[in-house]
Amino acid sequence: MTIDPIHQFQIKTLIPMLSMGGHEIGFTNSALFMLIIVVAISTLMIGATARRAVVPGRLQSIAEMSYEFVANTVQSSAGPEGMRFFPFVFTLFMFVLFANLIGLIPYSFTVTSQLIITAALALLVFFIVVGYGFWKNGLHFLDLFVPKGVPKYILPAIVVIEVLSFLSRPVSHSVRLFANMLAGHITLQVFAGFIIMLAGFGVLGWFGAALPFAMVVMLTALELLVAFLQAYVFAILTCIYLNDAIHPGH
Amino acid sequence: MSDARGNGGNGRAHTDEAALSARLRRLGEGLGQARDRTGAPSNGRGEERATNASGYAKGFRLSSELVAGIVVGAGLGWLLDRFLGIAPWGLIVFVLLGFAAGVLNVMRAAGVAGGTSGDDGADGGLR
Repeated sequence: MTIDPIHQFQIKTLIPMLSMGGHEIGFTNSALFMLIIVVAISTLMIGATARRAVVPGRLQSIAEMSYEFVANTVQSSAGPEGMRFFPFVFTLFMFVLFANLIGLIPYSFTVTSQLIITAALALLVFFIVVGYGFWKNGLHFLDLFVPKGVPKYILPAIVVIEVLSFLSRPVSHSVRLFANMLAGHITLQVFAGFIIMLAGFGVLGWFGAALPFAMVVMLTALELLVAFLQAYVFAILTCIYLNDAIHPGH
Repeated sequence: MSDARGNGGNGRAHTDEAALSARLRRLGEGLGQARDRTGAPSNGRGEERATNASGYAKGFRLSSELVAGIVVGAGLGWLLDRFLGIAPWGLIVFVLLGFAAGVLNVMRAAGVAGGTSGDDGADGGLR
């Protein structure tokens, strides 16, 4: 019996729609799960805020806790002015968190394990930082690349290095989330495959299969942590990059 | 103080609220002092910080920062070579510069170096 750990990441077109320049454009399983994520978040948030009780119920507590968590993150890393980006950061955080968590359900599709999705999110952050930085600070935004107190003769090299460092942000921002989710899901699948292979050996194999099964249980717990942690990391990095756009030259 | 709350009429309720707010303020001050005692030594500034980062996340962050710097440097160098026709100098120079940028990224992420951007380890090197 062979198990293909990559199979879970395949994109399948569910409803073909049109083809443009030789590319098929259709409603894929990835799009389906993104729709599920958006619907789930909207239902949770709208349902939780429908009653607005003084003593919050369970759903309302979830909504309030996630609000306070993201608001604290934004304020501690981008300052009070950063709160104008709160809706953006909150949306990103909830989307990534739900994508990671829903991806952990067996037979579901992990949207954030596709580089194109995380790259699109990271580039969105990058262009918002550049656009808002120039809109708010004008050319002073370029002070970001000129550190203070550097001798004149090495300044050109430093500026080039700073620019490269700035350009590398969307790369590390997107690759981190993508690689974490991809690696975690492949590991889970490989260990789950061991269970089936060992169980095929008969009675002795069943006892052997208990070992990878215990491993899968532990890995699932770890993946739950990673799913939350990566969403948090994505949000806090967004805040830190936005902080550069709000106060350059610090 | 807490037993006075049960038998309060309208006049009593007002003083109760004042007492409650005073008590809340005292509790807040006490909490702040306790936080200062326990939280201050571990992280340099007094702010509340997420320090529950696992070493796994930290290691992953640092390595991806270094790789990202090199990849961007190599990509830019390759593009310059291609469009300006100065091969192989663009690649050589920009891979080296990208390496420097990657090291700078890592040092900033670890909170070793400050710098122009405000991200000098503002989250305890978690990102």
